[in-house]
Amino acid sequence: MTGINTRILDMVGNTALVRLDKIAAKAPGVTLLAKTEFANPSGSVKDRAAKGIILDALNTGKLTPGRTIMDATSGNTGIAFAMIGAVLGYPVTLYIPANASPERKRMIQSYGARIVETDPLESSDGAYLAARAAAEANPESIFFPDQYNNPANWRAHYETTAVEIWEQTERAVTHFVAITGTSGTFTGTARRLKEFNSAIQVFAVQPDSPMHGIEGTKHMASTLKPGILDESLPDGVLPVSTDEAYAMTRRLAREEGLYVGVSSGANVQAALRLAKVLPYGSVIVTILCDGGLRYASAPFWDVPA
Amino acid sequence: MSVTIQIPSALRAFTERKSEIAVEAKTVGEAITALTNLYPDIRPHLFEEEGKLRSFINVYVAGKNVRNAGGVEAAIPDGETLTLVPAIAGGAPLGVRL
Repeated sequence: MTGINTRILDMVGNTALVRLDKIAAKAPGVTLLAKTEFANPSGSVKDRAAKGIILDALNTGKLTPGRTIMDATSGNTGIAFAMIGAVLGYPVTLYIPANASPERKRMIQSYGARIVETDPLESSDGAYLAARAAAEANPESIFFPDQYNNPANWRAHYETTAVEIWEQTERAVTHFVAITGTSGTFTGTARRLKEFNSAIQVFAVQPDSPMHGIEGTKHMASTLKPGILDESLPDGVLPVSTDEAYAMTRRLAREEGLYVGVSSGANVQAALRLAKVLPYGSVIVTILCDGGLRYASAPFWDVPA
Repeated sequence: MSVTIQIPSALRAFTERKSEIAVEAKTVGEAITALTNLYPDIRPHLFEEEGKLRSFINVYVAGKNVRNAGGVEAAIPDGETLTLVPAIAGGAPLGVRL
């Protein structure tokens, strides 16, 4: 009965790569593809990093029975940790800015995890510093994954996301575009793709302003830089405004039937801008980080089609 | 009337790292205008080119979101605090029509 051996954590990764032909219509000859990371079991790309970090911690003895998993998150990693904690039987506590979406906070709590809200004025940096202080105060009872500085974060993408892209495109990928928050997705995927083929160009996407509404991402010039960010990797940085991300998020739903979140819109907006200046035959891969339901209450959807 | 504006960490690079700025204002609009007069470089991060406050920025007066409670016209009592918070998508109610 091979059909009954799948466990929920086995479903992380191996996401489909979809074509965005309508979005790319104004970039003839360029193929625009996106990894459907919203199809991961807890609903976002963060399942890969969270699974990688927790497996690494179990294998190295950093996470042992009786400890609580405690980290800072703007939402998606928290949801992933909450799911994994539920599966493996570890309590989970997450520090999250109070202005993170109510949908995300409810999901985290629905998995049985605990939330500590931090000052929204201090953004994700404030959540990080609070979680780190709490973890340092209780080193015997806390496992602090530290997603911003844990190499297991980018390694998860090095070992899975990049390999999938390489195989799914039958080695045809020429460009990779991904937004950076912890930078795990970008760093791991870009590093491996360049090892597969050094001619592949990789572009980091960032909010164009320190004041932005692209959840889960960081404006690197004005925030704490993640330790796993490798600034020597990108061939370029593509800034995207929140309004551009909103507009593309709506287009993805209305033209491609892809109900995804704002960071996905930012990625595709940046990829499309790149596509318009690339030569015929280029193959761009980007990331659809999470689904639109997490943003269902956001007014940007209210703009008429 | 004196109003204290709380500056989010994301914008403190434009306010000499100050987390609070005192201005003289009677309304939300006057307070934000006074802030951008003091620190002009902050303006493009708060306003669209046509002068409308960016849709993902929430303004709170005494802890209450003024989006549906007066917007720029909302009065600020003397000595009260105005807070600018980037509304993460789907988070606290988005946008203030100013």
